[in-house]
Amino acid sequence: MDLQTLWFIIITFLFIGFFVLEGFDFGVGILLPFISRDDRERRSIINTIGPFWDGNEVWLITATSGMFAAFPEWYATLFSALYLPVMIMLVALIFRGVAFEFRSKRDNPAWRSFWDWSIFGGSIVPALLWGIALANFIRGVPVDGSMHYTGGLLNLLNPYALLCGITATLIFTLHGAIFLTLKTTGVLQERAMNFAKKLWAPATLLCILFMAYTTIETDLFHHLGVNPGIIPVFSVLALISVIFMLQKNAAGWAFAMTSVAIAFSTITIFMGLYPRLLVSSLNPAWSLTIYNSSSSAYSLGIVSKVALIFVPIIVLYQGWSYWVFRQRVTGDSELEY
Amino acid sequence: MDTLLLARTQFAFTSIFHFFFIPLTLGLSIFTALLETAYVKTGKEKYKQLTKFWGHLFLINFAVGVVTGIVMEFQFGMSWSEYARFVGDIFGVPLAIETLLAFFVESTFLGIWIFGWERLPKVLHAASIWIVAFGSTMSAFWILVANSFMQSPTGYTMPAGASRPELTDIMALIFNPHVWQQFPHVLAGGIVTAGFFVIGISTWHLMRKSANRNGYETSLKFGAIFAFIGTVIVILAGHSQMQHLLKTQPMKVAAAEALWESENPASFSLFTIGDEEGLKDVFSIRVPKLLSFLAYNSFEGEVKGIKNLQKEYEVQYGPGNYMPSIVTAYWSFRVMAGSGTLMLLIALLALYKVIRESYTFSPLTGALLFWSILLPWLANSSGWLLAEMGRQPWLVFGLLKTEQGVSPSSVVSSGELMISLAVFIMLYAALAVTDFLLMKKYAVAGIESGKERVAP
Repeated sequence: MDLQTLWFIIITFLFIGFFVLEGFDFGVGILLPFISRDDRERRSIINTIGPFWDGNEVWLITATSGMFAAFPEWYATLFSALYLPVMIMLVALIFRGVAFEFRSKRDNPAWRSFWDWSIFGGSIVPALLWGIALANFIRGVPVDGSMHYTGGLLNLLNPYALLCGITATLIFTLHGAIFLTLKTTGVLQERAMNFAKKLWAPATLLCILFMAYTTIETDLFHHLGVNPGIIPVFSVLALISVIFMLQKNAAGWAFAMTSVAIAFSTITIFMGLYPRLLVSSLNPAWSLTIYNSSSSAYSLGIVSKVALIFVPIIVLYQGWSYWVFRQRVTGDSELEY
Repeated sequence: MDTLLLARTQFAFTSIFHFFFIPLTLGLSIFTALLETAYVKTGKEKYKQLTKFWGHLFLINFAVGVVTGIVMEFQFGMSWSEYARFVGDIFGVPLAIETLLAFFVESTFLGIWIFGWERLPKVLHAASIWIVAFGSTMSAFWILVANSFMQSPTGYTMPAGASRPELTDIMALIFNPHVWQQFPHVLAGGIVTAGFFVIGISTWHLMRKSANRNGYETSLKFGAIFAFIGTVIVILAGHSQMQHLLKTQPMKVAAAEALWESENPASFSLFTIGDEEGLKDVFSIRVPKLLSFLAYNSFEGEVKGIKNLQKEYEVQYGPGNYMPSIVTAYWSFRVMAGSGTLMLLIALLALYKVIRESYTFSPLTGALLFWSILLPWLANSSGWLLAEMGRQPWLVFGLLKTEQGVSPSSVVSSGELMISLAVFIMLYAALAVTDFLLMKKYAVAGIESGKERVAP
């Protein structure tokens, strides 16, 4: 395997980390205004993701810096093309990030409500935007022969991409609802379970619809071959299985299945792209690939060694932090946020 | 307005704002870790209270530092895409290493520290804030490795016919002498910032006769030592860095001194009003030979002037203007060095009070110690202004000019940049005010309120 492929896999893995982990804390943030009745409940909900959200967000930052180091042309083309959407995502993440720390620092209902809605907006907006962005990667965007974007904002807001955005947001919200059933007790847990059951059908339907649309709108399945393999199939099957587990109150398994669905969907998209990074809708030959966009072998070799040593260590200590805070947030828990 | 000016303004604004929060994060994380270590070693409740009090202020500051840092990670691609293409092979490496080695550790263990008071053994809990402090320091180190490549490129080759330089020696990139000049300077700057922050707030409470006097006395003691050690290191490192710059970026030094013509021995400008168009002094007070002494530790030695360097660069790099904004470089250097000197004096004053164990202050001393909080911010920002503006017109010294790095206006239009700049200015202004008010609220509430992280 060449270093470019290795880095393609590493970046896929970093995005999986981001979508699976930040996915549930986005979901919790989206549910926050709807699932709570009073301030104590809102604080409990925020505290379920309190110790984790920041570490989860670093998966995105690391994926980005990995793109810069391994595929600078991709990084440069993509983020200049998506200038305003990225800008909006950054504003959303800024509001969300400070909201956790600021929210409970003043005992003023208007203040707290403002930051609660910031958490909501800061969660739903990046979820939508990443869905839209991913769909555009495979659908193709107008990129010219010198790797410069020639389109505008409207090129990105096509029905296919919007469908992906909504689907991703729904799946993250479902993922978050299931996370909440694992981390809360009593009425909050019941409400979270109800939300999860209600969200399952639209999330699954849209996911299947999106897969169907993908066969028309992109060459992804053509690219994967007649038999796309078990990964895309499993991502849908995992999502379908969630409702059965919820009905048996096996929320832990349901959470594992939404995680699998998110991870496998991410893999499907990246497999469909490989070895391309960004498809050019103007001319297939102008697409950015892992070969025409990469750093030199020397630089790739160095960042590969660092990533191969440190990503497993990161997984270990983040795993440990989940184990430390494995208890549910209950009515009499000490709340930090 | 053209996109270059807008992109530069936006980068300057967002990075200076980001760096309002970083030095305090660097210094206060170490400070908080030391306090918690004292708590673990002595078991005294007092140290736990102090850890929580200063730790809360650290967290309010940290939150804004993190979110404004995320912006930086994307901005190279957004508005500086040609720069990103040009340097990705080199500059991207330390950035990726930074996220993998430092950012992850910092964020994960900060979560563990905030939420772990009741769930972790004391030693492990104290260890987690040390890991956060270590992560922040490592983060600063790798960012400075990246920045040093822009200041004084090392470890690369420019293959014939290639459009970009390639990394050939990672060790040469890491052991770039510029890194080892800049890193101690920046780290000590963080310690200074935390030192004066603690001195100012503790003095305010001691003058107000707040409850838990002993806690503030202890804080002042730690703070004075921090500020003194930090200031001494920052000045020594700064001095050494200036001598190094004379070799690698002489134009920056000449601009910082408004030295138009080469001089041997060179005089040091105390106060100059210059004519930047005519490249001459309008009015100047100079100390003979002092600049040579600062540069070479000897009263002799040539320091090259702006005009001479301009001619040299024209020969080396072709026609063009190789002079940075002299006014900016000159005054930012004076603000930085001036506040540095003032800080040394105030740190000595604080140290004197602490050694005498005299914790009553005359109104003047009190005001001086309190308002000294602002000095490190002045020095940090003007220092970076000198470092980055003094490098102009280069984006990567000798390799890429700033105007070549900006995203093409066909991709990122001036309209888009105007929108984002306006949004950043409004959002950051609101963040600054909110953060300041929360800091003030919790600083004023004092150690006694430190038991509660949140409002009742």
